[in-house]
Amino acid sequence: MEETARSDCTVTCSFKERGGLIVDIQSKVGSLYGNAIKDQVEEGCRALGVTDAVIHIVDQGALPFVLAARLEAAVKRGRPKISAEFLPGKQPARQTRGVKDRPRRSRLYLPGNEPKFMANAGLHRPDMVILDLEDSVAPSEKDKARFLVRNALRSVDFFDAERCVRINQGALGVEDLAMVVPQFPDVILVPKCEDADTVRSIADAIQKVEHEHHLSGETLILPIIESALGVVNAYAIASSSHRVCALAIGLEDYTADIGVERTEEGRESFYARMSVMTNAKAVGVQALDSVWSDVEDLDGLRRSTLEAKALGFDGKGCIHPRQIAVVHDAFKPTTAEVEKASQIVAAAEAARKSGLGVVSLGSKMIDAPVILRAHRILRMATFGVREEDPN
Amino acid sequence: MKNAAGRLVPRSVNGARQMPFATVRGISPSGTTAGTPIRSSRDYPSDGNKVVKSLKDALRRSGIRDGMTISTHHHLRNGDTLTASLFRVVKELGVKGIRWFPSASFPCHEELIPYLESGVIHHIEGSMNGALGRFASGGNMSGVGVLRSHGTRYQSVQDGEVHIDIAVIAAPSADAFGNANGVWGNSACGPLGFALADSEYADRVIVVTDNLVPFPCVPWAIQGNNVDTVVVVPSLGDASKIVSGTTVVTKSPDRQLIADHVAHFAETAGIMKPGFSFQAGAGGTSLAFVLKLKERMKSKGVKARFVRGGSTKVLVDLLDEGLTDYILDGQAFDQTGVRSMRDDPRHIATSPFTSYNYHGKGNFASIVDLVVLGATEVDCNFNANVVTHSDGLLLHGIGGWQDCLFAKCTILAIPSFRDRIPVIVDRVTTLCGPGSLIDAVVTERGIAVNPLREDLVKAVRRSRLPLRSMEEIQREVLAICGGRPAKPVVDPKHPIAVVKWVDGTLLDTVYRVETR
Repeated sequence: MEETARSDCTVTCSFKERGGLIVDIQSKVGSLYGNAIKDQVEEGCRALGVTDAVIHIVDQGALPFVLAARLEAAVKRGRPKISAEFLPGKQPARQTRGVKDRPRRSRLYLPGNEPKFMANAGLHRPDMVILDLEDSVAPSEKDKARFLVRNALRSVDFFDAERCVRINQGALGVEDLAMVVPQFPDVILVPKCEDADTVRSIADAIQKVEHEHHLSGETLILPIIESALGVVNAYAIASSSHRVCALAIGLEDYTADIGVERTEEGRESFYARMSVMTNAKAVGVQALDSVWSDVEDLDGLRRSTLEAKALGFDGKGCIHPRQIAVVHDAFKPTTAEVEKASQIVAAAEAARKSGLGVVSLGSKMIDAPVILRAHRILRMATFGVREEDPN
Repeated sequence: MKNAAGRLVPRSVNGARQMPFATVRGISPSGTTAGTPIRSSRDYPSDGNKVVKSLKDALRRSGIRDGMTISTHHHLRNGDTLTASLFRVVKELGVKGIRWFPSASFPCHEELIPYLESGVIHHIEGSMNGALGRFASGGNMSGVGVLRSHGTRYQSVQDGEVHIDIAVIAAPSADAFGNANGVWGNSACGPLGFALADSEYADRVIVVTDNLVPFPCVPWAIQGNNVDTVVVVPSLGDASKIVSGTTVVTKSPDRQLIADHVAHFAETAGIMKPGFSFQAGAGGTSLAFVLKLKERMKSKGVKARFVRGGSTKVLVDLLDEGLTDYILDGQAFDQTGVRSMRDDPRHIATSPFTSYNYHGKGNFASIVDLVVLGATEVDCNFNANVVTHSDGLLLHGIGGWQDCLFAKCTILAIPSFRDRIPVIVDRVTTLCGPGSLIDAVVTERGIAVNPLREDLVKAVRRSRLPLRSMEEIQREVLAICGGRPAKPVVDPKHPIAVVKWVDGTLLDTVYRVETR
């Protein structure tokens, strides 16, 4: 039998002709929550219309939203035709959805079938939490992960982070959407995106689910470009739908696709990164850099993030919460940057008041994009300012 | 009877009358301290050679008989194999009903369960960890266990509450006269402070070593003048489990976050100031805290006057990098700690007498600016538990935990829930530390400052710390865990252990758990 991980549980369900419901629970927290677990299982079986079955549970302290997901997956593996759902309690929404231009400095990937890190993910204050249904989930576990991710979207408080889901490629991804979109995630990540049609078809699929569930059409899309073809089509992808809020680049797959080793220096992906960044900016959406995969090497992450920021990227992927603070710190404007931005904004304000068309600071003329950038820096400075120079 | 903390405690334990807990400051003692039978040097070999041929021989010469109290220390931690050998010999001698008085027990002492079952050991007065705790919780021990902090153990010996008949002291290095220390040899463990009271107050003292050196064995953490016999054995234990080769700092993101909050709190509250002092344990969260505090100390140019061990590489690095003047150390947890204590005069060995003792003329613990501790449970009035889990099982000892509560600022650094089990509870299963001594509880979901500490509340009020009330954190956690857990099913007529307060009064009772 498979080993049950901490904070998770294993549920098996054998359907019977008669005999009612028999629930057998072995739980690490049995003396404290044994009755609560039994009650929840019975409630779940009522919701799913299961009347005669033997249900075995091996529990290592799973939270209720996890238990509910594992139960529903076990039941539906036996009876795939059951359409009823067993949904856990819902968290009130924390933020306005559909905001395209919000900070996305850090995006924290969480494996979609591992509940252990979900409940506390928001405490680490990433800008985005990504529940991953794709690469981190084994093909045989896709169904289980879907229920877990759906329940996490409903029940877990991710605080101010955007709640995102990375769906699978192709038809599997469309099935993912049917399950997760009704729980109104903020952003859907589209992996290995190579053309505009893929984004359009996903946008259509999202719209269909939103329509069926009477949801307002605010779910955003974040295509991840992970191949040479994707890089070539970056402009078309970025401009394929009004839902696209940013382009991200995934360098593990990209370097594999072009047949080279990924290096820390990153010369092999320099063109791709600049291309994705430039095309994103051409359409007016954000550009997000790849993940830094060595969790221990925080200095490397810091260097890499400072570089990404200098190249024009707006965010960096994280695979461990400890990376978040490093990334946020690297994206903080420096004292010098903030000082200069304040002067520019003040000069622009003064020019506006005195009705001057031209803004100047000292002997220099200031163009409109520079003023916009200064406003951006001041907005970023609300998250904190870094004292030393980035170099 | 009900004590001043509202807890029911028995009037007598294992036949001895008890005083109920009255106040955190402790009761006022009277009388004189305990002593040992008077001896004469003329009765000991004039050549100083006290080596006898075996442990059995030494126990016989010590006059071992039924019902005696035998003490051991826990510096060998989970690598200790001497204690199991000791009770094998006690059994061979046909002796029964021993009160075992260890300074702490470890999972390796699971091997003693057969001796508890057969009556060789009557009961344990000392921590009962893991398997031993589970055994006791099932109501299987003949007597009632007595849980004391390190300081309280010294108190109980010094005021005669516990009389040690025979002390068996594992010594990683010793000479034939009985001088001993823990810093040299294959079984090197650092200091031997937990055996100090035993060496001074036991009727008979046996030093057991696997590294006999020519006289003098220096430094003499244990003085040969207190020692009756010396036994040489091939090995005291498994060196790899006595101290670890490397120190492991937690990788858990949530524990890292807690550690970060504690360090942030220490700086914001003004505790981290030049010349300050602190103590943190060797658990993963504590080590992570020391590393986070170190970053802040370096960036603000703040240096500590002293830090309290258990020492690890993490603390030794502070000393080596000039971030503290001294380490005052009760036990070493890794090789680096042992080496530093041996080689660096700024790394000082301490004992529960110097650190914590209630009958001392002062208390180091109350001089320390900041102490960071763990707990199994805490209630909204900051009362905390460190020995039982919410299911009622006794699984941990007190260690120096209670003694440390007297620091100027005591912080519990704990997750708000473990797996599904809330750590913030309505009422702690077992009361080990009164809330009036606990100044702040730091969880991954926020920091609750004890409202009794108005000065601390004021010091951090206008900061960016995630300050919240205990009630607020508890509400959030109960929502996550799916409501309040059921109460443990315990048998109130069947106490299996009692928890002492630092003055020797009874703070609470641990009951038998109904196993299903």
